[in-house]
Amino acid sequence: MASNRDWTWFYRLGSPRWFYETTGRWLPWLWTLTLVLLTAGLVWGLGYAPQDAKQGNSFRIIYLHVPVSFLALAGYYLMAIAGAIGLIWKMKLSYMVMKSAAPIGAALTFLALFTGAVWGKPTWGTYWVWDARITSMLILLFLYLGVLALQYAFHSQESGNKASAILALVGTVNIPIIYKSVDWWYTLHQPATIKLTSAPSMHIDMFQPLLLMIVALYCFYALALILFTRAEILQRERKAAWICELALQADKDSAGEAEE
Amino acid sequence: MSNIGFSAYLKRDLLLSYRRLGEAASPLMFFLLVAILIPLGVSPDSGRLAELAPGMIWVMALLATLLSTEGLFAADHQDGSLEQMLIAPQLLALPVLGKVTAHWLVTGLPLTLVSPLIGLMLSLPAVAMVPMMVSLAVGTACLSLIGAVGAALTVSLRKGGLLLSILVIPLYIPVIIFGSAAVQTAVDGFNWLGPLAILAAMLCAAIALCPLAIAGALRLVSSN
Repeated sequence: MASNRDWTWFYRLGSPRWFYETTGRWLPWLWTLTLVLLTAGLVWGLGYAPQDAKQGNSFRIIYLHVPVSFLALAGYYLMAIAGAIGLIWKMKLSYMVMKSAAPIGAALTFLALFTGAVWGKPTWGTYWVWDARITSMLILLFLYLGVLALQYAFHSQESGNKASAILALVGTVNIPIIYKSVDWWYTLHQPATIKLTSAPSMHIDMFQPLLLMIVALYCFYALALILFTRAEILQRERKAAWICELALQADKDSAGEAEE
Repeated sequence: MSNIGFSAYLKRDLLLSYRRLGEAASPLMFFLLVAILIPLGVSPDSGRLAELAPGMIWVMALLATLLSTEGLFAADHQDGSLEQMLIAPQLLALPVLGKVTAHWLVTGLPLTLVSPLIGLMLSLPAVAMVPMMVSLAVGTACLSLIGAVGAALTVSLRKGGLLLSILVIPLYIPVIIFGSAAVQTAVDGFNWLGPLAILAAMLCAAIALCPLAIAGALRLVSSN
């Protein structure tokens, strides 16, 4: 009996309404936390962290570049796991999470590439090099875009969900292989002129704001994912009674405000 | 029998492509025609061509395979025989593997057999001919299997072809890296069996995993 009860939280996750109402209660806290952490991290990192001996102020973009790249990679796994849960337990909500994770992940991957290019110009003298890590991030961007494109290619939501979940899973198997092979390809062809991996270990004063920014970006990711998923719930469940009530209530509220 | 469905679908698909030889030959023609474009577009100088050849041959083989994958399940989907395959009581992965094997036999294998000709035209050094053929034989089998996953996912879409290439090209990347690396190391005079072994390992993994993904994708597409 006890083991049965232990699983109820998991089944409750399957209810879009439960998710919508619970996250609705979390949202104000999450907004505050994200904004506070982001502001603190940015001000600390951009304003107060010591300058780099060689790169001067241009290194400060690391406070955006590294956390964004972190989440771009982690986001793919989150998307694939959500897709797998959808395929295995036929959970509506997890497909919505998967669908919401794709555009966020693609945007973060693009941002990682963009900040990398901007950082590359002053330090390496070029916007783009076919470095192993950069190339695998570019491939990751296309994996995200593939999932997105497949999602929207189907008329039926159901098929789009399942097809992109399968694609996301195939991508998950492939990501370590792609990463390793691109790494190997780079080291085979040219000597390591630019080493991203063995940057001099950071001074603690530089590292603390970076850590803070990583936590802040995790909060931001959670916030963005919840907002996207809530919008997705509203759109997909628009015929559900509880959403109609919600809309009526909102209507009444705004009418009340107008009267006042 | 353990291979129920495998040999039946292998024979059926081979027979079908034998009856439509023109269609089966088009990836090959594509391969040859693109090979003509390279000296025209880049340079007829044999030194520069030899430098480009290992990579270019692999890129062309990849594109030729990609173009032919689109039709892998399309005809069966249109005439309804795909559904017959899906409702059959056996494990779906084996008929699927039979179809993909037939696809490799009519695209990857001819590409491999013709590749020395292209190698000559692009003045690929003679030492690299055998490595090129072996790596193409193993690599195009990988490409067929991975491409079939994309073909299965997009089978019910009207304009699946372009989408298919978006889905599949990122997944092809490890294959082309190790495939052209095998040829390149042979050109450089090193032992090319290392990259080939990795390519073979990828083929083993693809044979084990891809049919399951293809079967899953076909089931979901047929269900609506």
